[in-house]
Amino acid sequence: MSASSAFSDEKGGSSGEPEYGHDPASGGIFSTDYKRHDDLKEMLDSNKDSLKLEAMKRIVAMIARGKNASDLFPAVVKNVACKNIEVKKLVYVYLVRYAEEQQELALLSISTFQRGLKDPNQLIRASALRVLSSIRVTIIVPIMMLAIKEAASDMSPYVRKTAAHAIPKLHSLDPDQKDQLIEVIEKLLADKTTLVAGSVVMAFEEVCPDRIDLIHKNYRKLCNLLIDVEEWGQVVIINMLTRYARTQFLNPNINESLLEEGDEKAFYASDEEEDEEKKVEASALAKRKPYVMDPDHRLLLRNTKPLLQSRNAAVVMAVAQLYFHLAPKAEVGVIAKALVRLMRSHSEVQYVVLQNVATMTIKRRGMFEPYLKSFYIRSTDPTQIKILKLEVLTNLANETNISTLLREFQTYIKSMDKDFVAASIQAIGRCATNIGEVRDTCLNGLVQLLSNRDELVVAESVVVIKKLLQMQPEQHSDIIKHMAKLIDNIQVPMARASILWLIGEYCEHVPKIAPDVLRKMAKSFTNEEDIVKLQIINLAAKLYLTNSKQTKLLTQYVLNLAKYDQNYDIRDRARFIRQLIVPTDKSGALNKYAKKLFLALKPAPVLESPFKDRDHFQLGSLSHLLNAKASGYQELPAWPESAPDPSVRNVEIPDWSKCTSRKDRKEKKVEKPFYSDSDGESGPTESADSESDSGSRSESVSGSDESAFGSESEESGEETESDEEEEEEEKMKKKRVEKTKAKKPVVESAESEQSSGAEDQKRGRKTGKDRKSASESESESESSESEEESEDESEEESESDADIRKKKAPAKQPPKQSKKVNKKETQEMSLLDLDDFEPTPASAPVTPVNFLSSSLVSDLEGLSLTDTILAPSTIAQSASMKMCELLHRIRGEGLAVEYCFSRQPFSPDPNMVAVQIQFTNNTSSETKTIHIEEPKLQSGMRIREFSEIELMSAGESVTVVMGIDFCDSTQAANFQLCTHTRKFFVSIQPPVGELMTPVFLTENDFKKEQGKLMGMNEISEKLTLGEKCVNEHVIVERVTATANLSRVPCGSDKECRFAGKTVSSGCLVLVTVAMKEGRGAQLTVNCEKMVIGTMLVKDILQALTQ
Amino acid sequence: MPAKSFLLLKIFIKTAVSSWLFSPIMIHSLFLINNVGDLFLEKHWKSVISRTVCDYFFEAREKAVEPENVPPVIHTPHHYLINIYREKIFFVSVTQTEVPPLFVIEFLHQVAETFQDYFGECSETTINDNVVIVYELLEEMLDNGFPLTTESNILKELIRPPTTLRSMVNTITGIGNIGQTLPTGQLSSIPWRRAGVKYTNNEAYFDVVEEIDAILDKSGSTVFAEIQGGIDACVKLSGMPDLTLSFMNPRLLDDVSFHPCVRYKRWESERVLSFIPPDGNFQLMSYHVSAQNLVAIPVYVKQNISFFETGPSGRLDITVGPKQTMGKTVECVVVTIHMPKVVLSANLNATQGTYNYDPVTKVLMWDIGKLNPQKLPNLKGSLSLQSGAPKPEENPNLNVDLKIQQLAISGLKVNQLDMYGEKYKPFKGVKYVTKAGKFQVRM
Repeated sequence: MSASSAFSDEKGGSSGEPEYGHDPASGGIFSTDYKRHDDLKEMLDSNKDSLKLEAMKRIVAMIARGKNASDLFPAVVKNVACKNIEVKKLVYVYLVRYAEEQQELALLSISTFQRGLKDPNQLIRASALRVLSSIRVTIIVPIMMLAIKEAASDMSPYVRKTAAHAIPKLHSLDPDQKDQLIEVIEKLLADKTTLVAGSVVMAFEEVCPDRIDLIHKNYRKLCNLLIDVEEWGQVVIINMLTRYARTQFLNPNINESLLEEGDEKAFYASDEEEDEEKKVEASALAKRKPYVMDPDHRLLLRNTKPLLQSRNAAVVMAVAQLYFHLAPKAEVGVIAKALVRLMRSHSEVQYVVLQNVATMTIKRRGMFEPYLKSFYIRSTDPTQIKILKLEVLTNLANETNISTLLREFQTYIKSMDKDFVAASIQAIGRCATNIGEVRDTCLNGLVQLLSNRDELVVAESVVVIKKLLQMQPEQHSDIIKHMAKLIDNIQVPMARASILWLIGEYCEHVPKIAPDVLRKMAKSFTNEEDIVKLQIINLAAKLYLTNSKQTKLLTQYVLNLAKYDQNYDIRDRARFIRQLIVPTDKSGALNKYAKKLFLALKPAPVLESPFKDRDHFQLGSLSHLLNAKASGYQELPAWPESAPDPSVRNVEIPDWSKCTSRKDRKEKKVEKPFYSDSDGESGPTESADSESDSGSRSESVSGSDESAFGSESEESGEETESDEEEEEEEKMKKKRVEKTKAKKPVVESAESEQSSGAEDQKRGRKTGKDRKSASESESESESSESEEESEDESEEESESDADIRKKKAPAKQPPKQSKKVNKKETQEMSLLDLDDFEPTPASAPVTPVNFLSSSLVSDLEGLSLTDTILAPSTIAQSASMKMCELLHRIRGEGLAVEYCFSRQPFSPDPNMVAVQIQFTNNTSSETKTIHIEEPKLQSGMRIREFSEIELMSAGESVTVVMGIDFCDSTQAANFQLCTHTRKFFVSIQPPVGELMTPVFLTENDFKKEQGKLMGMNEISEKLTLGEKCVNEHVIVERVTATANLSRVPCGSDKECRFAGKTVSSGCLVLVTVAMKEGRGAQLTVNCEKMVIGTMLVKDILQALTQ
Repeated sequence: MPAKSFLLLKIFIKTAVSSWLFSPIMIHSLFLINNVGDLFLEKHWKSVISRTVCDYFFEAREKAVEPENVPPVIHTPHHYLINIYREKIFFVSVTQTEVPPLFVIEFLHQVAETFQDYFGECSETTINDNVVIVYELLEEMLDNGFPLTTESNILKELIRPPTTLRSMVNTITGIGNIGQTLPTGQLSSIPWRRAGVKYTNNEAYFDVVEEIDAILDKSGSTVFAEIQGGIDACVKLSGMPDLTLSFMNPRLLDDVSFHPCVRYKRWESERVLSFIPPDGNFQLMSYHVSAQNLVAIPVYVKQNISFFETGPSGRLDITVGPKQTMGKTVECVVVTIHMPKVVLSANLNATQGTYNYDPVTKVLMWDIGKLNPQKLPNLKGSLSLQSGAPKPEENPNLNVDLKIQQLAISGLKVNQLDMYGEKYKPFKGVKYVTKAGKFQVRM
């Protein structure tokens, strides 16, 4: 019926109803002609955007009002390709609304979206996919599928998010696509951007919520990303993880579950001995089966806890239910505070929260007890909130707080809100049944209410008193008498029925009054309500059995009246009772038992909360709220008996903190983990720990427990610890990685990098100096901005010619020499203070000193990895040390300057590329005060100058090192070289391969990192190897010569892998060369910075094909 | 006749199909209904759900008598209606499957807040006047029933809010409300802040607003009291400022909740608020000072209301005075009493301010204004009751509203605000206000 009216309503819209009249957007000009939207069609066909827009606005306003605008479809769909973005948007709105009804016409628009899917702008791609997937036309399912698949591997996370959104749309349109969609979901689940996480989990929940196996590999990642996901995504993820955890981990309260039952009993019956016994039993059980929490379980609890502080009530509730269902009993308490906070929110929020709190208070009463007063009721609360609060208060009542509570209830009874008063009376009744001590007090209070003026109050009290009296009728015959008197005044049927039942049930306690009551009731029988009539019959029957002398006639009278009653229930009852109690010839054996049947001892009713046992529904869910399973509800699984294999969550074999912290860094680039840096550090590193040492599980539990907030202090502890090299190495790496993350305080990071050795004090002073100089140079670089560019450029050109010529004759001597020195010295100098080198005035033996600058890391690597591994990287270094000309002898008037990229970490600032500059004085006179001036840099670039060379005598050569932060770009750094007489404009442009430093990865690490840099971050190119590239060795040499990378050990000899990271931002650069039959090979570069990636591919390609 | 049965069959098929092919999405449709019961806007994110589904809502609405008592979740045979009531509008959303109810409720409130943000107020008139923008907003905020963009900073980049000036310009030039440039915030690492913010005057204002929630009993002693505070920020800073706000006495705060921009770990370890703020107005944090700490109650109320058994009359006498005000003046004091239904009219005399009794809603409102400790305001007089009705059993409760400038009643003090990441010097300001929240005196 309801549907039919809707139908006619829709039809009615199109029958030319003058809807423009209501339309605020309609101009007066067109409102005269409102037949069949001709004016709108005209406007849409015009070539003026403003007219189209006006028309679309009016159409959208019609849709918003639920009016039918479907006959405009052909006119509207034409405008789908309109240039005006606003018209386009409104057309989309229209299209999505009506496409389903006009399938054929809708197909006209598809090509526009398909084109949009290929647009270079990610937002246009995303919006095209969004609209395309929203058009519910079955024919385009294959197109949608294709589009989703493509978008799922799009380079833009925003487009991937849209793809995740599109999955459930397609699934509901065509459920047959499920298998393919699951593949896409699996792929997107592996995505590591926070933008995608929430949406893909939502898709997972809607398409394949039972495929819990897809989560395993992503579990830890999801836990760690959680805090940075947007609020809505957090809710979905937390709810899903709750279910996941229920299938994968053991019940943390397994040893307490017995105890719990004991507790409950103690609450109602307060027999403590039994409880004690249970405790002993439970503890015995605990001894038998020590419970150790899975570190992943712990990870989930720890990472969700901060979200209790979210401003979004849905998030808080999600965490609360997670804790309620998953946390050890002792830890659940933390959620109470947050839930109580939500009580300040909108009344709808309060309503839902209170429902959940009510359920929680039954299971875990203690946790809300401190907040008892927060549930006190205000007269301004809506009634439904009042009643829920009352429920919570009742659940919280115990021996200690009952007196204050009763006083509070007392004021509630005076409220003007009668429904609430009735609920309060019931609450008092429940308190009285549950807490023996106050039963009498409550009863007295309730009896007083019997004289209340309001009939509803009295009636409710009667009903409650009846229940209470059933518990101990002997002591309260006077109350029963009192109630018998009330029967004259009370009109509420339920109350009358209750009184009659009471008198009948306990007629032996009031032998004089009972027959009299029956007499009165017999008189008014015909005018009573049905429930009262039934109770009169009952009363009559009971009296007949106990006191037949006085009541025989009365009973028969009543039964006769009932025999002719209008209601068949009453007629039936009368007939049945007559047969049962009045002995006749025909009556069977039952007659003998009539007394037993009627006057059996009835158990006292247990007044239970309606929220009891509601917790088998997942809290916070719609099903819980309705106390009925909603469609699509996923049952909360029971805890498993024994834990499933925890290793399924391991993501390959990770090694120490490196990989994860790198992941962090990446996040920082793409999505910075927002909640403070220390969080980003501690969380993932811990998880890495727990991943690696699955053997020593229990240890990691306790460790991670503590380290939740103490990660920083731990690190500082590490710094001062031992000198054991291997350990040190690890830490250094960890630290370095962290440092590169902390970009802002560059100087500080440099400082701390060095400050791990023994000579701390000295270093402190040094770095102080460093800092000063750094800041100076920075300020300088900023101040000098305007410069004539034309001059610069021309110089560059002339230089580049010279460059090519010079390149052929590289000065290989110094590095080779130094290599030996390096090797020899590493042992002794590994932990020496290395600061000395940098700002010192450069002199002849600079090159070896320069090598000392190699940071501790590489030194230590050299130590631990032994010479064989050191070999390739150092060879590579020497090979690539091509000197380039910075200033030609002639142009420099005798001063020749050459530079090379020394490939050494620039220790004063690890984000800078070290450039080694060699000055040769070819004149016959001295050159003085050579220094740098007026650097002219691209934004973000920085230079750290070498310190001034005071004097160069004729023919002398001096080598110095300067640092340049190229900001991971191949833009040239321009500056002036000044001598005491002249200034020369020079520029240094780095080849892309010099913008990186080697990183040492294990094979597994490499694979893992590579896995994270798929899609747009991966550039692959087929190539034919050059003639000389016959074996692996040559390839390694060529690649390392082109780029400052280190070799990654590899199982197969058909593949060479290299790893490095960009100097200034620390993005990982991974290079793979896979050799195939013949000369064929495949080059793959994975790098987050795509520009770097493409350039690197080009360079390596060139090097390999030569 | 056969035609009609055919029609019925068709309808039957239609409804049957829609119930088989339920779509598992969070919010299927949204209906806006005013407090008279007119449905004035509908939006569907999937196939259309007939508006007749709202009949179930109207039924519940009727049953509830007061609009606040409509159950937030209504169960119908095929759908679940989750609704909120705000600014005299019911936002009724339709869903077909399991969904966390709070998720939908929070989202609907967010929608209402966005409307408020865009149009100044969220009312039927403004929504009707801006129906196209409303539609565009809803389209952006929800995709396939799942929230997409709810951050107001980004929405404003996508869809510009209307201003009178702009609407004039729009009509002249024909340029619309939709941002011509595509928003960057969505893609940035800080989704709540738009990129490229520029101001000539860089300023950041923080209002510490505290509300006292209290229940006082007849004798004036505190049954329950707590303080709910919030820091409302208005930040207009160029670029990407990174702010740090610290307190003199952060330990005071019992429970806190943050805007997503606040770095939780910094708070946890150092008790400072470190954040990159959204642009414009937002609530930075809200906090709670629990009842365990002694809450200062700034006013006392001496009240006496009595109804007489004989004769249809009653007497009222209320005096309000300052109690613990920390030397500040209590302003904007308003006392509201919901009278029992039998009270027909009031004949009172106020020594200060004005009173007003609405015989329809039975609300007596006494607007006092500033409290003068020397001369306490008093309201006294008689009430006339409906003749023949029994004297009311219950006593009405009394709600007090008040405001104290330049005072945070909990004693919370902002220590300092630092800015990193940008070079300019911003203008900073902190203001404190204490208000009465749910401040109730039982009579």
